[in-house]
Amino acid sequence: MVCKDCSEKLDAYFDGELSAEDARSVAEHLRQCPSCAADALSKVEMKRAVHAAGQKYAPNPEFRAHLQKQIASQKPGTRARNWMPIFAVAAVALVLIAAISVFVVHRSKGASQQLWSELVDQHVSTLASSNMVDVVSSDRHTVKPWFEGKIPFTFNLPELQGSPFVLIGGRVDYLKQSPGAELIFGIRQHRISVFIFRDADLPEGGERQAVQTDLSFQVRRWRQNGLTYFMISDASPQDLDQLSNLIKSAK
Amino acid sequence: MLVGVPKEREVSGTFEELAMPLFDRLYNFAHWLAQDREEAEDLLQETYVKALKGFRSFQPGTNFRAWMYQILRNTFLTSRTGLRSAMSVPLDEDAGEMTMAASGDTPETALLQRSDRELVQEALSRLPVPYREVLLLCEFEEMSYQEISVAVGIPLGTVMSRLSRARKALRNQIEEMKNVRSTLR
Repeated sequence: MVCKDCSEKLDAYFDGELSAEDARSVAEHLRQCPSCAADALSKVEMKRAVHAAGQKYAPNPEFRAHLQKQIASQKPGTRARNWMPIFAVAAVALVLIAAISVFVVHRSKGASQQLWSELVDQHVSTLASSNMVDVVSSDRHTVKPWFEGKIPFTFNLPELQGSPFVLIGGRVDYLKQSPGAELIFGIRQHRISVFIFRDADLPEGGERQAVQTDLSFQVRRWRQNGLTYFMISDASPQDLDQLSNLIKSAK
Repeated sequence: MLVGVPKEREVSGTFEELAMPLFDRLYNFAHWLAQDREEAEDLLQETYVKALKGFRSFQPGTNFRAWMYQILRNTFLTSRTGLRSAMSVPLDEDAGEMTMAASGDTPETALLQRSDRELVQEALSRLPVPYREVLLLCEFEEMSYQEISVAVGIPLGTVMSRLSRARKALRNQIEEMKNVRSTLR
């Protein structure tokens, strides 16, 4: 490396922005060239001086306390939080019902029941969580792109305008370390979880009966375009049928 | 229970959890920009309110810190001081360096009393805001070029060239002040 090259790269070198190879070349040149080494020393001194000088202003403790209080009182108006006060009581009841139904599920054997058991657990856990979703939106145009890069497939979301359903949001969930999507819909005071996983990622022996009514939750399951959809809710069978039809016909 | 925790859960949090740890640093930066305590407080207040409102659209896992600085900076740009501080940069940055702001209010004699740290601070405050901010973001906040690019809203290449000019300008400013100091002694 010649001095001109080194000089052009010195700033980036000390900013930690050079590739490993370039950084090595610069370091090697600095070891051999006193003039560039002197230049380098001056740059490092300036960096340190600015770093030390940068901390100059501190906020008033009263101002900080005031702003923090303001932030804490104005929780962001996310849908998840807005619903919390309304269904807090319902959530407690749901957890109790779920505890009983999960007990019923666990008593059964088989891959299918095991799978449903895990999904029901997740549905209940999601409802009881204060961070119910990772992406919040009633708009499918926000939720669908959010999943890009996070899960290895895409899916279509239904148009819900004119229907009694709302899309509360979504989150990424895992089944045996394979990522999938969980969508949370609302209808009146009920929540419906729709889990979507790739067929290939599902454990074998899980393709059993799509509709089970021996649980306190209603469930639905169907396959479409290489994906399997699982729906879990305490809403009515008619509501689940209506939503599943909307999802199946989504473009 | 389903195994595995999505990476997003590990870095996401409530707005308060993410934003309050940045408070002191953001205040420091706001004050460097506005050069006035009251304005800095107003700036910060407005920044946090805007960020809180816009938090729904923030993508968890992306750079929250750069995003907050971006909001702060944009808020400053439209403030009274921001408009007055001639934040506009020549369209072609290669065409030449920025005009230095008029010397600060510090009488030259006061330079005698200043320590080197204070000298550097004074020199920084005399730089045009576009130079001052990239220096602070790089040297003090230790942001990467990519983060600076997001916070300031300029391409990566411009970050590098602006930093280079800013460093030269700071060096010249410090030299000038030291010369004045030594002639006064």
